[in-house]
This record gives sequence, C-alpha cells and structure tokens, in this order.
Amino acid sequence: MGTSVPAIEGWFTTDPEPALLGTRCRVCGTAFFPRETTLCRNPHCNGTDDELAEVRLPRTGRVWSYTDARYQPPPPYIPRTDPYEPFALAAVELDHEGMVVLGQVADGFGCDDLSIGAPMELVIEPLYVSDDGSTTYTTWKWRPLGAGSSPEVAR
Amino acid sequence: MSARDDVFVAGVGMHPWGKWGRSFVSYGVAAARAALADAGLTWSDVQYCVGGETVRNGYPGYVAGATFAQALGWNGARVATSYAACATGAQALDTARTRILAGLCDVALVVGADTTPKGFLAPNAGDRPDDADWLRFRVLGATNPAYFGLYARRRIDLHGATVEDFAAVKVKNSRHGLANPNARYRKAVTAEEVLASPVVADPLHLLDICATSDGGAAVVLVSSGFARARGLVSASASVRLRAVSTVTPTFPKTIVDLPDIATDSTVAVSPPEVGFRGAIARAAYEEAGVGPEDLSLAEVYDLSTALELDWYEDIGLCKVGEAEQLVRGGETSLGGRIPVNPSGGLACFGEAVPAQALAQVCEVTWQLRGEASGRQVEGAAVGLTANQGLFGHGSAVILTR
Repeated sequence: MGTSVPAIEGWFTTDPEPALLGTRCRVCGTAFFPRETTLCRNPHCNGTDDELAEVRLPRTGRVWSYTDARYQPPPPYIPRTDPYEPFALAAVELDHEGMVVLGQVADGFGCDDLSIGAPMELVIEPLYVSDDGSTTYTTWKWRPLGAGSSPEVAR
Repeated sequence: MSARDDVFVAGVGMHPWGKWGRSFVSYGVAAARAALADAGLTWSDVQYCVGGETVRNGYPGYVAGATFAQALGWNGARVATSYAACATGAQALDTARTRILAGLCDVALVVGADTTPKGFLAPNAGDRPDDADWLRFRVLGATNPAYFGLYARRRIDLHGATVEDFAAVKVKNSRHGLANPNARYRKAVTAEEVLASPVVADPLHLLDICATSDGGAAVVLVSSGFARARGLVSASASVRLRAVSTVTPTFPKTIVDLPDIATDSTVAVSPPEVGFRGAIARAAYEEAGVGPEDLSLAEVYDLSTALELDWYEDIGLCKVGEAEQLVRGGETSLGGRIPVNPSGGLACFGEAVPAQALAQVCEVTWQLRGEASGRQVEGAAVGLTANQGLFGHGSAVILTR
C-alpha cells in the first residue's frame, strides 16, 4: 500500500471520527465551510479575521437532496478508475449548523440507498489515485448512518 | 422608487442558435445588424455599445463590448463589457438603460454571443484551488447537471413530481420551438423519448437537460425622447423596458447554488422569507409595478425541465408545490392560461451564456409586437424573463406594450 493524503489540505480531519474543518465567527456564531478567513460574511456582523476560529463541524446530518454522476465529469475532476464508474452525490444538512454541505456518497452506496431527511455521517475515502499508484488522494464522503464500514483505504 | 421615463426597445435581432463552430464575434455582429435593421437605425446612430462577456473565447471575449464595436467598424461610441454568468445579457441591458435614464445617451446597442465547447461546461484550464468553480469539479466531480439533479430530486420527494412531469416540460417546449427560426432543435419530442434517453444525473435524463450552443442576440434601446422624435412610440416598436432586476442573494442563502460546495449557516440569522430566485422576480415586479397575474407570458431558464417547474413558483405563477399541476393541465402551454417559454426555451436553443438573457428579451419583444410567427401568445401585453447563473447572479426583465 502506498501513502494516503488529503486531496485538499486543511478541509477535513482524518482521525477515526473525521470531521470537516471550517471556521466560526466568535462574534455572531456563524460557521463557514469551506473556511472563511477574511471577514465574517454575516452582513449584520462586523467580525474580522481575528474573530474567525477553526472549528470541527458536526460529522452527522440529514439528506437535503441527492443525485449521481452517470457520465465522467470533465477535468479538473480526476477519475478514480478506467473505465469510469459512476458515483452518487449528496447534499447533507449538518446537525445544529443549518448548513448544507455537498459531498460524494461513500463507496458502495447509490441513490437507491438515499432519501431526503435520512441521517448520514461523514467518512474519509479515496477520491483518486496517483498515476504510479503510490499515493491515494482522499476526500470527505457521506455515508448512510449505521450502514457500517465501507471498503476502507483511507486511514 | 420614483416614477421615471420609459426606455424603449427599438429593435431586436438574433443569429440562429446551433453548433456552428465559428467565432462568437460573427454571431454577435449578425445579431447586432439584425437588431439595428429592425429598429430602422444604423450603427452610426449608436452612442453606447455594451457587450456580454464570454469567458471561453480569450481576450476578444473578455472585452466583448470593444470587440463588437471594432467588428462593426469603430464609430466612436462608448463601450462597456458586462459579466454576470447566465444573467450577463440582462446586466448589460441594465447598464445600457441606466445610461439612457441618466440622460447620457439616447441610443444603446447591447450584444451577447458565444461559441461553446462540446459536452459539460467546465472551468478554464489550470490549477486554481482558490476558485470554487474549479474545486467543485476537482473535489466533488459536481457538474452543472448534478446540481440540476439535486433540485429535481427535491421536487419528487417533497412535491410529488414524477419523471413524467419533467418529460412533459420537454414535450411542451419542443412543440413551442417547432416554428422558431432561431431555435437549434426544431423537432417534436415525446415523453417516451425523454424517458428512454440515458440518465445523466438521477433523476434527470439527457433530454431533460439543455445543451450548450453557439448563438448571438442583440437589443437596441432608445430613450423616450428619441423614440418620440423618430415616431417610434406609436409604431410597432413601442415595446417598453419596464424593469431589469439583477439583485444578489440575501444572507443566509440556503440553497446549494452553482458552484457552491456548501450553503450559508442559518444559526445566527434566519433565512430570508423569499429565496434567491423568488427575490429576483419580486424585484422586477416591484420595479415595473405589475404582478404575476398581469403576465401574458414568461421566458424562464429551463437549464433542466425540473428547473422550469421551480421557476413557475419563483415567479409567482402558483404556490410552492403546485407547479406540476400547471404543466399537467397545459396551463403553461401555448393556448393555456400563462404560456411559459413560447420560444421553445433552452430545451430548443441550448445555452449560449452571454447571449441567452438577451435572447429571452428578443422573444418577449416579438411576442409583444405580435410577430412571433407560429408561436404567438394571443394579445400578449406583459412579458417577463427570468434566469439564474453562477456566483450569485440572476436576472428578471419585464417588458410591456
């Protein structure tokens, strides 16, 4: 096995209970993902960069909607397999944050396994593999809560 | 807002939509000359030329206003270039009408045109990890149809829509566009054909999703003083531009719009009563002093069939969750209570981004003049256009006779 690295640095943790990393404004409490580091974007708040602190966002939520990608997306998407294998996408409303975050759906799950309002949890799984196969680039994905482990390469 | 003078649409013109493979400039100048001829004016009459920027055609696209002015032959007119994604044409129109209303010019030409690549619209080349549009492809593989799929799924699960309802929108629009000489697709499509086409982004089939096209559209705007002096007011050219809404969203925005990866949080501030698309239309209605009940027709952005149903609700044709009933009852077909997309919509045109909002205005103008041969809404008096694009852009335009 080669090494496993996040496809994008600083957006999520890779511990056994992984979470998205955002920022939260200390003044008004609004959280941002992807992280906002310039100014609080709540127009009624005057929070500056000093007030935006890194936060682990809730790793569970409920499905807002879902779809799939039957055709290979164009670059800069990097397909994981050749031939291309479709994947599902879910928009999940995070518990307690009133924020919907898009993500691919975990390996082995498709639209038939999803419904609006269904509980989901965040997992870290492969997004694509380097040409020489030595490095697996990982990302966050949504998995139906209580569905157990999917094939795990990421940790 | 205080009462103000009207701005008149003196002329409109288009280059037919297709996949012609030529420079966008050629479509733009063809549309511009058609619009000027329609207005009975010449390029030398134009004091202000606004181009809709195309981001896929290099520098000539970035400076579209100057590109079109040079191609038409430098005439000394002032130029501007607008970019607002799918709302580009409307923003360009707003720039032109504002200069007219300010009394700084009498005749303005607005032009949008595009040459598009085949397949999914994708970001320009190069690594740009700070660009949300680049990131959603790299990290999520989320194409435009994926977002359309998310919205369509909500109609099914929350409002009882069916894939047959979505197909009915395509069937309707394909019939509307049959006689439109500027449409790219002029062929009646059946529900069976839609449902037999491959699924692209569940629950949407290939024929539920609009293509990308080449095309060009142009509008000539004139001041009321100029219109009267030239005798345009009582003639067939007396179409008034009553509103151009280009409002941005209100925080917190709770829909994952293209190219967002996440929505705003609603923890600190409650979501606005009206969502972004609804707010776009509402601002136009307020500016024009009319309401949805006054509309004779609407041209809305059917990037997908299901999205057309969302627009019915957003522009106030029905309550949330009732759009399927409108299409099932034929109310939005030609001959129905409120025809939507009599041009055939994006279903028959495909999208030519910087030209599309202007194409909508061209169609409404022809409808209001009674010149929409083969697709005329009888007695059309008030028309609305609506669209939404990337990066918080959207527009609605209201025209009246």
